[in-house]
Amino acid sequence: MNEELRRIWKSFFDWVMGNGPRPENEVIPPEPPPDLPFTRKPKDKYSRFHEATLKERYNQWLEIHGLHLFSVLYAGLSVLTCIVIVSLLLATVAELPPFGHERNPANNEVIRRYVEHGGHETGAQNIVAGLILDYRAFDTFGESAVLFTAAVSVLMLLGASRRNRAESELQPHTYEIGRNFLQRGPPSLGHHVFRRDDTILHSVANLSIPVILMMGCVVVINGHLSPGGGFSGGAILSTALILAANAYGFERVHEFFNERTFIISSSTALMIYALSKGYSFFTGANHIHSIIPKGTIGNILSGGLILPLNLCVGLIVAGTLYGFYALFSEGDM
Amino acid sequence: MINMFAYNIPFASIFLMMIAAIITPLIPNRNRLPEKLSCLMIATVGILSAYLLYSLTNSGQSLNFNFSMGHFPAPWGNELRAGPLEAVLSLVFCTAMLLSLTGNLSSTAEDIAPKRRNIFCVLVNLLTASLLALTYTNDLFTAYVFIEINTIAACSIVAVKESPETVRAALRYLIMSLVGSGLVMIAICLLYDLTGHLLMQNMHNAIQVLVATKSYMMPLTVSLALITAGLAIKSALYPFASWLPDAHGSSTNASSAILSGLVLKGHIFTIIKIFYRVFGLDVIHLLRMDTVIFILGLTAMIMGSVHALRQKNVKRMIAWSSVAQVGYIFLGVGLNTTAGIAAACLHIIVHACVKPMLFTAAGGLSNAAGHKKGLHALMGTFYVNKWAGLGLIAGAFSMMGIPGFAGFASKLSLTLASFDHATVVWALSALAASSVLNALYYVPAVIVVLTHNKDAQKNFTAHAPTLSYKISMFVFLALNFYLGLFCVPLLRLITRGVNVL
Repeated sequence: MNEELRRIWKSFFDWVMGNGPRPENEVIPPEPPPDLPFTRKPKDKYSRFHEATLKERYNQWLEIHGLHLFSVLYAGLSVLTCIVIVSLLLATVAELPPFGHERNPANNEVIRRYVEHGGHETGAQNIVAGLILDYRAFDTFGESAVLFTAAVSVLMLLGASRRNRAESELQPHTYEIGRNFLQRGPPSLGHHVFRRDDTILHSVANLSIPVILMMGCVVVINGHLSPGGGFSGGAILSTALILAANAYGFERVHEFFNERTFIISSSTALMIYALSKGYSFFTGANHIHSIIPKGTIGNILSGGLILPLNLCVGLIVAGTLYGFYALFSEGDM
Repeated sequence: MINMFAYNIPFASIFLMMIAAIITPLIPNRNRLPEKLSCLMIATVGILSAYLLYSLTNSGQSLNFNFSMGHFPAPWGNELRAGPLEAVLSLVFCTAMLLSLTGNLSSTAEDIAPKRRNIFCVLVNLLTASLLALTYTNDLFTAYVFIEINTIAACSIVAVKESPETVRAALRYLIMSLVGSGLVMIAICLLYDLTGHLLMQNMHNAIQVLVATKSYMMPLTVSLALITAGLAIKSALYPFASWLPDAHGSSTNASSAILSGLVLKGHIFTIIKIFYRVFGLDVIHLLRMDTVIFILGLTAMIMGSVHALRQKNVKRMIAWSSVAQVGYIFLGVGLNTTAGIAAACLHIIVHACVKPMLFTAAGGLSNAAGHKKGLHALMGTFYVNKWAGLGLIAGAFSMMGIPGFAGFASKLSLTLASFDHATVVWALSALAASSVLNALYYVPAVIVVLTHNKDAQKNFTAHAPTLSYKISMFVFLALNFYLGLFCVPLLRLITRGVNVL
């Protein structure tokens, strides 16, 4: 009985290890030469199923079904995680202090001083401008630097590597916008093909670009007097540039605003911001009298450094947004 | 009282690095001018930080000071805060950054196209500025802004080397990092809504009141969990570390060294500041976040090493080892005592010095083996580039915790810190197991590098290491031994710094 059990166990063991009963006339391939340490290669694919060990059979099963199983599991877990996080956040929001209530923790001495003394302390009629460009100017400097970092990174990643390809594919009269980033094929469905002599687009652009530019300048320059400022005004200015590029072609915009001008304008604007605000921080922290005048509230020349800082921020934002559009659609600017 | 020159150093170091970053695109991109400017600026800031540290420790009673950014005092304007710990960390960050750049000058020149090299310098300067700002800032929103700069610059220095792997790794890193940024942003909004402040001390006072009156406990817990999770993703705590080996293993050596040694540490120090300065250790303990961090740290220590064991590419192995080392740091944070946080800070410093050395050494060795990165290809490379070989051996011994090397000091202080804690058995057994696992993958690497291999040595490109490589490696080795042998004064300084954090 014991012998029998051992024999059954041995045949089972052989089957698991891939040493099952072989046909008589089988030719056993010679053993490959032993490998150096660290260069262990995966075993050659077995030719007969009964030679495969359980592990190999498991691997084979995984190769066929694994990806499907994984994607189902992945999708299920993603949905589950999202539901858990969303419900947690909703529950948290329900617990928060009621919006706009006068006894909220956020209604404290910080806000009171901004609202009550913001005008005469910063010289800006627009309290928000005074808040972001004078009280907390360091944060805004960081935000402008975020835009600068992003623009420089995108320029590095897309600008240099795609220029050559873009040049070789330009056709004389038509060119496409919004080409697929990864697969470039002939213009087909999903690709906009613009002709340069699009009369409607030209007329609309002729009418609206000056207005948009004026609007952007007003929003930037009046940033310390009325709602708006560098960020919103810069965004408006960039739409004028994007419209011009779509109507007249990117080459026309390149004539006055290309990679070099963009780098120089952004760096210079950020440098002016850093130096002027650095002076202001230095004098403030060391209790030295600052030579920057506040001006009278409501005048265009008031608010100390806020007007020049708004101009700098506007320049950076306009350049960065146009740069993103040009780089992602055209691969060049 | 501290003198006027030292008083302005935190502000000056951030602004010097920002100005260096802004001016780099304007200067001509030839004769390695951008790189020279970056190295010069980082060295200047390092010397300034050393002076700040010197004057802080010799200034008598007051160990730290606040620096208001502008004419408006703290709750209204932005504020920086500097103490001994901040000064030590910025000194270490600048030193490691400088050595990572100078040690890998030749591999940077090979990997990065000449047109992109000035942008690489811009990004490195921005990274240094953001690390300094994260170290010095006393305002949670300023921290968030500089975390953003840090994220974008860190992803870009992965992708700066043009290859399919780096682009894929950078995309993964970017997506994971942005999830982290989003969580941090939501948490800061929640905290502002609950406390009405962004300045860390004022938030601390408001949170103490909330906890004392037991109001808004659920949003407070959620915001703490979100901010910890967000920063843990960015600092590659184990379950969130899947992006790290790709990003650190495939990028150019200088980027790997900077990312592993420094970028992770900026976020970890932010977590420490949030735990210590914003919430306070008793509130962290009340909300059970210390236990979560402790368990995740233990898991990271074991799992990072287990994953490292399975790697065949030497840079990926070192990258997974970073995950394990981050686990050590979080173990110290999770102990939730002053001694634990001091040990965690010491390990931040040790790892910031050792990991760039390991990446620089691995880069030098695989360069000697003809740009092969597989572990088996490095056989006998010690005899081609002795400096790199020495660096790898010293780094490996340090990571294993051999006495006399840097890693021993921090592991010892972590062990001593864990004795005060109820979970001392868990901490000690995890430390022991992780050290053995570290040895299991670092010792074979050392043996492979030291084994003579006559056949392979003929194929090696036998160009000697450059002078800058030798000098950087020498300084790395010196730092390693200094930290290993004379860590007691440093630990005392860090403890004083943590007490006034």
